Amino acid sequence: MSEIPNDLKYTRSHEWARLEEDGTVTVGITDHAQSLLGDLVFVELPKMGQPLDIEEQCGVVESVKAASEIFSPIAGEVLEINDALIEQPELVNSSPFEDGWLFKMKPDDHNSGWDSLLSPEHYAEMAEE
Amino acid sequence: MNQKTPLYDQHRQAHAKMVDFGGWDMPLHYGSQLQEHHQVRQNAGMFDVSHMTLLDLTGPYATDFLRHLLANDVGRLRTPGKALYSCLLNPQGGVIDDLIVYFQTPEQFRMVVNAATRDKDLAWITQQAQHFKVEVALRDDLAMLALQGPRARELTLPQLPTSLQTAAASLTPFQACWEGDFFIGRTGYTGEDGFEIMLPNSQVIALWQQLLAIGILPIGLGARDTLRLEAGMSLYGNDLDEDHSPLESGLEWTVAWQPADRDFIGKTALQLQKNQHAHPILVGIVLTEKGILRTHQPLLIDGNEQGYITSGSFSPTLGISIGLARLPKQTAYPTVTVDIRGKKLPVKVVKPPFVRQGQACIDLSS
Repeated sequence: MSEIPNDLKYTRSHEWARLEEDGTVTVGITDHAQSLLGDLVFVELPKMGQPLDIEEQCGVVESVKAASEIFSPIAGEVLEINDALIEQPELVNSSPFEDGWLFKMKPDDHNSGWDSLLSPEHYAEMAEE
Repeated sequence: MNQKTPLYDQHRQAHAKMVDFGGWDMPLHYGSQLQEHHQVRQNAGMFDVSHMTLLDLTGPYATDFLRHLLANDVGRLRTPGKALYSCLLNPQGGVIDDLIVYFQTPEQFRMVVNAATRDKDLAWITQQAQHFKVEVALRDDLAMLALQGPRARELTLPQLPTSLQTAAASLTPFQACWEGDFFIGRTGYTGEDGFEIMLPNSQVIALWQQLLAIGILPIGLGARDTLRLEAGMSLYGNDLDEDHSPLESGLEWTVAWQPADRDFIGKTALQLQKNQHAHPILVGIVLTEKGILRTHQPLLIDGNEQGYITSGSFSPTLGISIGLARLPKQTAYPTVTVDIRGKKLPVKVVKPPFVRQGQACIDLSS
């Protein structure tokens, strides 16, 4: 059974989002998603400063087997990307919720969409289907 | 309901991720496709390939039949056990399937064809065989294991039936020996040395467990695909299909034009295509920048779409992405780019294989 931390929010497209103490939001893909994809060998991330809409396609993770698009969980601006993944995409497999984070965002002040994200319980139900 | 090989429960016990492959429940990987790939390149791995279709072709005219049926020439085989790789063509020269045929006697051959093409292969071969009074027997009572890797033969040999060990140890590449229904070929689909073993379904679980116990790890179909791609070997349905001839699929070397008086199905169409000098060819491609080549991605020459990738993936051995691609025949390819989700990236055209026996075969420096 894959790990679904309690302190995160989730999307139907298997991203997770963490609200940090400074108000920024960190984004990654779930343990369930990385396990379905298998060994990751390539990650394409959004650009720094790029504005993103809710559910906007903003990156790609590719395993040996398949490519999977990344969608922004919320509306906001890209503050930072996880450069380590360029050389070590496998961090997403080994540590999807910590070292394998994808990018950080500054949420829009209005209608960032945070409140519409899935709770851990809701995501767990969805992932089981 | 998918078909299951006799090793299905063994795969589940080894925590395989099972997937549908041509109507069969097969192991994709047992944890990490990348580690399994390296295991075969560096040591030894074991594949359940019991989904493949095994046929025995028997009759006084079996040799004549196969010389008519196949684009490669079994008439070249003199030593019992010698194997031949060939395309099975339709009259238009399109590839119905690619296969391996083992010469046992001039009246007895064993053939291994793909799982996904089983029904159409059987229909075609059986229909053609009628004219030659050749009996085509489906061997669903046999399972098949592939043992591949630099250490595969030395590790496997002591586990084989005692009476076959000496013969198996002295096999040359692409040769087989057998005793009853236990059949051992020095063949494979990875670019490494090794064996492919056919044996009764009732005996395969014991051999599998025996080989596991001495440290040969199970390898899934995921790694099988990256291994064969690195070795520059074709996958039916990707690099080969009925709409393309062997000349368009990198397999002209498997077409036996000589002796000229041999007629085989598809020969007229192939000769016409060869004489017109206008057919596309299959090449190897390498992406030197970051990104992954995928099957069906378009290729551009001087900015114009002129071809496509037939097989693309990440090469675990080389650490970059590689592929096979169909392009117009040119003397050189200075300006080929791939379109990956709208992004145009340069690719280098190379001659496969990319990797053989653990070593890179292409120059990545320039």
